[in-house]
Amino acid sequence: MAATQEEIVAGLADIVNEIAGIPVEDVQLDKSFTDDLDVDSLSMVEVVVAAEERFDVKIPDDDVKNLKTVGDATEYILKHQA
Amino acid sequence: MSKIKARKGAPYARILGVGGYRPTRVVPNEVILETIDSSDEWIRSRSGIETRHWANDEETVAAMSIEASGKAIAAAGISAEQIGAVVVSTVSHFSQTPAVATEIADKLGTDKAAAFDISAGCAGFGYGLTLAKGMVVEGSAEYVLVIGVERLSDLTDLEDRATAFLFGDGAGAVVVGPSDEPHIGPTVWGSEGDKSETIKQTVPWDRFRAGDLSELPLDSAGNVKFPAITQEGQAVFRWAVFEMAKVAQQALDAAGVTSDDLDVFIPHQANVRIIDSMVKTLKLPEHVTVARDIRTTGNTSAASIPLAMERLLATGEAKSGDTALVIGFGAGLVYAATVVTLP
Ligand SMILES: CC(C)(COP(=O)(O)OP(=O)(O)OC[C@H]1O[C@@H](n2cnc3c(N)ncnc32)[C@H](O)[C@@H]1OP(=O)(O)O)[C@@H](O)C(=O)NCCC(=O)NCCS
Repeated sequence: MAATQEEIVAGLADIVNEIAGIPVEDVQLDKSFTDDLDVDSLSMVEVVVAAEERFDVKIPDDDVKNLKTVGDATEYILKHQA
Repeated sequence: MSKIKARKGAPYARILGVGGYRPTRVVPNEVILETIDSSDEWIRSRSGIETRHWANDEETVAAMSIEASGKAIAAAGISAEQIGAVVVSTVSHFSQTPAVATEIADKLGTDKAAAFDISAGCAGFGYGLTLAKGMVVEGSAEYVLVIGVERLSDLTDLEDRATAFLFGDGAGAVVVGPSDEPHIGPTVWGSEGDKSETIKQTVPWDRFRAGDLSELPLDSAGNVKFPAITQEGQAVFRWAVFEMAKVAQQALDAAGVTSDDLDVFIPHQANVRIIDSMVKTLKLPEHVTVARDIRTTGNTSAASIPLAMERLLATGEAKSGDTALVIGFGAGLVYAATVVTLP
C-alpha cells in the first residue's frame, strides 16, 4: 500500500536520525538535507538507499541531486512509489 | 586417449607472512590544496584521508614490490628459492611487456619461479590470493608470493577535485603456502562490466598516442593531460557501500564464520566513509578491529589490503591467528571477498 505524505516524512525522519543523528522532530518538509540536517553528499546516498528500501522506490543517482529538501524527497517518493 | 596423471598439492593453503612498503615521501592534504579548490576539512570528512605516500623516481613498482616481498618472505620463514610462483596485481606499471613479476622474481632470488601480472584493480589482492590458494592446493607451487603494488600518483589528475586527494602509492605482499587446515575461506568474487564506465582511465593509450587535440583533455595551462583514473564518485560509493556489504556477508557465510567469530575486518581502503558504512550495514560487533589505514595511506588499490594487514599486525591491533574478513572492490567493476587467518 502506498505511503501517505505524513508517513513518508516520518520515515525520512527515522532514516535521517539513524544516519546523521538529527532529532526526528527537526526533519520537516522545508528543511534542506545539507544545510539544515547535517546530511552531506555521501550521507545523502545512504539516506536515498534506505528510503528506496523503505518505500519501494528507485531513486537513480541523477535524480538524487535534485532532492535538496525533505519536501523534494517526499514529493519524489509520493510520485514514484510502487 | 592416454591417461593423464594429475598432481596433488597441499590439503589447504594459508597466508604465512605479510610485508609492506610505503614510499618515503609523505604528502599532507596541504599539498593537494595547491592544485584543487578544496579544504583539509572537506578531504578528511569525505574520505578520512590526512596524508598519503607518493613514490619518488627510485621507488619504482619493482623496487617497492621487492622491499615488501623481502619482508613477507622473512616473516613466512622461508627462502626465496622455495617460491614457485610470483603473482603481481597492478594497474600502474607502465611497461606492459614483459610482466614486472619476472623482474621481481629474479631480483628476489627465486629459482625460476613462474611469474605473471594480473589486472583486477582494487580487487587485485583477493584475485591473486585466490589464484595462489589454487596453485598451492593443486601443487603447481608450494609457496606463492602475491603482491599488490601501485604508483597511482602517476595516474592522478592533480586538477581533478574528485580524485586528486584520493590516491597513494605503495606495495604489499603475502606468502601463501601449504596448511593442514583451511586458513583461507572460499572466495566470493565476480565482475559487473555493465558498470565499467564508473571507474576508468580518462583516455586509452592508443587515443592518447593518436594525439587528436579535439579529443584529449587539457590542463589549466593548455597542455594535454596524461591519462589518469577518473570515477563517478557517488555511483561507486553507492555500489561499494550496499552491494559490497552483501558480498562481504556471503564470504562470511561461505566460510561458516559469523560476525561474532570475527576478529578483524580489512576492507579495501577506498574511503573511510565506505568502511564505516559497511561496518554498520554488516552490523559488526564492537570487538572487531577495523582497518582504517586509508587515513595515512590514501587509496593504494591492489596494495591496500596487504598494507593495512601489515600495519594492524605491526601495531598490535591485530595478532597472528586472528580471523579476518578481507574484501576488495573497484574498477571493472570487480570484487573479491574471503575470510583468512592472519599470519
Ligand atoms: C570521491 C568522493 C569522496 C566525492 O564525494 P561526493 O560527495 O561524491 O562529491 P560530489 O562530487 O558529489 O560533490 C559534493 C559537493 O562537494 C563539492 N566537492 C567536490 N569535490 C570537492 C573537493 N575536492 N573539495 C571540496 N569540495 C568538493 C562539490 O562541489 C559538491 O558541492 P555542492 O553540493 O555544493 O555542489 C566520493 O564520491 C567517494 O569517495 N566515492 C567512492 C569512490 C571510491 O572509493 N572509488 C574507489 C573505489 S576503488
